[in-house]
Amino acid sequence: MNEAPTRWQRIRESDITHSFLSSPGAMIAAAITVACILTAFLAPLIAPFDPFDPAQISLWDGKLPPAWAEGGQPQYLLGTDNQGRDMLSTILYGGRLSIIVGLAAVALGMVLGVMLGVISGYVGGTTDAVIMRIADVQLTIPGILLAILINGIGRAALPLDMREEFAIYVVIIAIGLTDWPQFARVARGATLVEANKEYVQAARVIGLPGWLIMVRHILPNTLRPVLVIATIGLALSIISEATLSFLGQGIPPTTPSLGTLIRVGNEYLFSGLWWITFFPAIALVVLVFAVNLLGDWMRDALNPKLR
Amino acid sequence: MRFSRVSGVSAIALTAALAVAAPASAENVLRWTSQGDALTLDPHSQNEGPTNAMNGQMYESLVTRDADLALQPELAESWTAADDGWTFNLRKGVKFHNGEDFTAEDVVFSFQRAKEEASDFKEQAKSVSAVEIIDDHTVRLITDGPNPILPNQLTGILMMDSGWAEANNVVKPQDFKAKEESFAARNTNGTGPFKLISRAPDELTVLEANGDWWGKGKFPGNIDKIEYRPIANAATRVASLLSGEVDFVLDPPLQDLKRIESADGLKVSTVAQIRSIFFGMDQGVDELRSSDVKGKNPFKDAKVREAFNLAIDKAAIQRVVMEGLSFPTAMITPPGVLGNTPELDESYGFDVEKAKALMVEAGYPDGFSIQLDCPNNRYNNDEKICQAAVAMLAKIGVKVKLDAIPKAQHFPKIQNRTSDFYMLGWGVPTLDSHYVFSYLLEGEGSWNATGYNNAKVNEITKAITTQTDIPKRTAMIDEAWQIIKADMPYVPIHHQVIAWGMADGFDIPIASDDSLRPRFAVKK
Amino acid sequence: MFTFILKRLGQSVLVMAVVSAISFSLFNFVGDPVNNMVGQDATREQRLEIRDALGLDDPITTQYARFMGNALQGEFGLSYRIKQPVDELILARLPATLELVFVSALIALVIGIGLGVYTGIRRKSWVSRTILSTSLIGVSLPTFIIGISLIYIFAVWLRWLPSSGRSGTVELGWWKTSFLTIDGWRSIILPAITLSLFQLTLILRLVRAEMLEVMRTDFIKFARARGLSERAINFTHALRNTLVPVITIIGLNIGGLIAFSVITETVFQWPGTGLMFIQAVDFVDVPIMAAYLVFVALLFVAINLVVDILYMFVDPRIRLGD
Repeated sequence: MNEAPTRWQRIRESDITHSFLSSPGAMIAAAITVACILTAFLAPLIAPFDPFDPAQISLWDGKLPPAWAEGGQPQYLLGTDNQGRDMLSTILYGGRLSIIVGLAAVALGMVLGVMLGVISGYVGGTTDAVIMRIADVQLTIPGILLAILINGIGRAALPLDMREEFAIYVVIIAIGLTDWPQFARVARGATLVEANKEYVQAARVIGLPGWLIMVRHILPNTLRPVLVIATIGLALSIISEATLSFLGQGIPPTTPSLGTLIRVGNEYLFSGLWWITFFPAIALVVLVFAVNLLGDWMRDALNPKLR
Repeated sequence: MRFSRVSGVSAIALTAALAVAAPASAENVLRWTSQGDALTLDPHSQNEGPTNAMNGQMYESLVTRDADLALQPELAESWTAADDGWTFNLRKGVKFHNGEDFTAEDVVFSFQRAKEEASDFKEQAKSVSAVEIIDDHTVRLITDGPNPILPNQLTGILMMDSGWAEANNVVKPQDFKAKEESFAARNTNGTGPFKLISRAPDELTVLEANGDWWGKGKFPGNIDKIEYRPIANAATRVASLLSGEVDFVLDPPLQDLKRIESADGLKVSTVAQIRSIFFGMDQGVDELRSSDVKGKNPFKDAKVREAFNLAIDKAAIQRVVMEGLSFPTAMITPPGVLGNTPELDESYGFDVEKAKALMVEAGYPDGFSIQLDCPNNRYNNDEKICQAAVAMLAKIGVKVKLDAIPKAQHFPKIQNRTSDFYMLGWGVPTLDSHYVFSYLLEGEGSWNATGYNNAKVNEITKAITTQTDIPKRTAMIDEAWQIIKADMPYVPIHHQVIAWGMADGFDIPIASDDSLRPRFAVKK
Repeated sequence: MFTFILKRLGQSVLVMAVVSAISFSLFNFVGDPVNNMVGQDATREQRLEIRDALGLDDPITTQYARFMGNALQGEFGLSYRIKQPVDELILARLPATLELVFVSALIALVIGIGLGVYTGIRRKSWVSRTILSTSLIGVSLPTFIIGISLIYIFAVWLRWLPSSGRSGTVELGWWKTSFLTIDGWRSIILPAITLSLFQLTLILRLVRAEMLEVMRTDFIKFARARGLSERAINFTHALRNTLVPVITIIGLNIGGLIAFSVITETVFQWPGTGLMFIQAVDFVDVPIMAAYLVFVALLFVAINLVVDILYMFVDPRIRLGD
């Protein structure tokens, strides 16, 4: 534990590389994740159409089945949605939005939550009580209502013509802020256990500054449960965004995310237009699946005791 | 899915062990559903679809409408116009569910109650300034000056028993400041064909046929019992019809109709609705709030309004968004309402090139930006129509930002006149254009957020309230509509269509006002 | 211990006050209730009158003070939407929600911990891998789509279970329960599964992660060396040590279940408080929203308190309350 950081880092790096190369699951997951992120971010280059440009959409092309099905058209490989948008392009663009929302919201929630949780657990006393009580307050207001609030404030504060552009940030903040107490409480729980262990007590006795103990000794030990929550949290954030739009508060349907697409498609589930829900749902499942597999592997690899 | 399999196994076990065949019953039960439950059983407290639908089974009015929306006698057998109002001859031998007789006194009382401050029917009842008892079964409804359409305005005013109301301390509808719930909110005593048996709000309400009803044997209906379960989620509602748990769905989503139709033992019936959908354009303010055009309001230019009308492809909306179930239009009120004519209803057409040319003429060759305010939980496919409009207007260079939000946040924008461009739908319970003029077109109309203020239209709106010469009055209405069609304060989209889904075993006449009329419902 | 609980109770009261204040300030953003309370033909003056009668134009602080004043006397007012006393409405619907949450929590706990322990022990087996992979579906799809799919499969297609509603209830005093009849169980199955899937996945993965960790610690190795049976090691030693984070999450998530039940109840027309809340939001039914939020806050505070006390029993090393 007291080796020089650089050396420790070097060992860790080589071990991770080794572990990664010896785990085919991790490699596949990483490949899928990278592919998802790449295609999503390169959407404007890859996608045959720009579904976010209303001038390119024709309603008469709406509800076409995939190209291989009867009535499908070759230029719309996966068919079109109820507005005449090409499904493939919309999934690519929507996937990008979902990934941005998911990553940003989880990052926001995790950074905020872990930081406050570790401080809370380590410092204790009044600081602990105040932080945890704020977390309580936050947890007691259902996320949906919080999102409506942030949405509402956004509406009131932003000039009319900027609301549509800012909808995505509003959603990110709404979801990220609902997430942090979850991280904070888990991080605090882990910190409480860790802070009482002999080596931490020893570090204290030596007189190491609190922040150093927190960052070097406690933080790494909170990461195990936090990463589990974070990988699932990515999925959760993407779904929360869909749920918000299910309740009529979310990203505008003119620039749909994966979740919004699923929500819209959900309305066509009984009518036989299966491709409007099915393809975005598959895209979402694959994305979440890959991220979680990667998360599983990362958690094992980051934990020196597990090897 | 693993979890489905787990539940599947337990489900098999449960159903196998406990499947009990429902006991065959001679009773004709109608199990039906729609989106929302009645808010109260007080007949004068809430003027709102599901509430009226429920209360209309237990309470009755003097005059009612049949499935073709023609006026029919209900608690009044006949009526005649008089100088100072109308005389109504009441039906004899009618009893309330508690056995009390229905008399002229109950009519006086019910009008009084409907005119109370806390009543939601006071607008409809206000034309009746007093009710005079002539004898036990004759009343005169006094009006301030002649009122040619009074019977049309009375179909929503339900009759209560004055004695029962006094005994239970419900002589007034519950008001907003009340600290306690009114007895009438959960208890009923009407004259109608059905009696309340049990009620759990948002769960299940059970009604039973009233054996002493005056209309017994006079109507084709043979329903003995009604079970109403509201189901808020549209897909779940359709599922409950598909699975045979309910017999009738009042409001299936348009996109599920084909599925219902193709299912064994289910059918769909449709009819044009008395509700039109349109966009309002604020041509009153000097500068739009959400536009990049500063210092002037493009909607003040009739060319821009016409370009908007021409740019929206109503046929595409009908075909793709509405599954064919809508009537594209150039009017904001549908056939069936006095004032709608086939010529006026003729659509403005769809012509992108002409629309672009008009935009150039108006000085906006590159278009402009604007926000479209749209509800997302009010009308059939409201959000999807707005979305389609965004794409269509983009083709003439107008960059539309869509703000699709729940109706509770949308409607205040219209009432407070803070929207530049918005979707609204309007139904006409009186079936008369006056209802449209006074709210949507008259300069001060409470739902007119377009700022449209035409002196002639305002004048006609006022004049037709007292004009008793029907042909003259109709001509005035027509004149107003001609002006409006030329001025284009709105972008009319379509008239809605009502679709009901039901089991094959039922014969239920569909009506343009979307009301279920169980007295005509037959179980085969 | 006693002072700790007392202290927490004091803090809890503060939490409740803050929550109710915040939630109160949110209502302005939900919409205008008057619009829903009158017909479309009401005049502007009538709308203003009602706003005035309800005190909606008073400053938020005044409205809040009025609400708190009444609430402290046990007065939550009448619902704008159904005009019935709010406390009565919440009490009437509480059993439906609590029973749903109870069954879901049970499913999530039993299956989640069971599978978590299994996949933690048999880390490499293909069964574990399959379980882990399929469980991801539970977190990859929104609740509403899982609900609709279950309805489609079990109610429409197979016709084994009812699609929605809560039938077969028996009244025990004011408490309506689903647990005493077959019909009651039949209607609770689908919504409970829908609600539990997400928590189940979370618990499963968390327990597995903790098990993997604990199984490698020295004291498990000692236990093995002492010749304790695998069973005893797995369940008494290993599982016990995974419980701190699991309890945290479970504590949080019972609250989460109640919050998520909003969607599940809407999809299944389950007549609980969640459905009531969504309808209240749609209608801007301020008295219901306010009372519901205070009630949920109370529940969260209570659960957190219990969780903190449980920490002490599970892991006595944790210091509390200093």
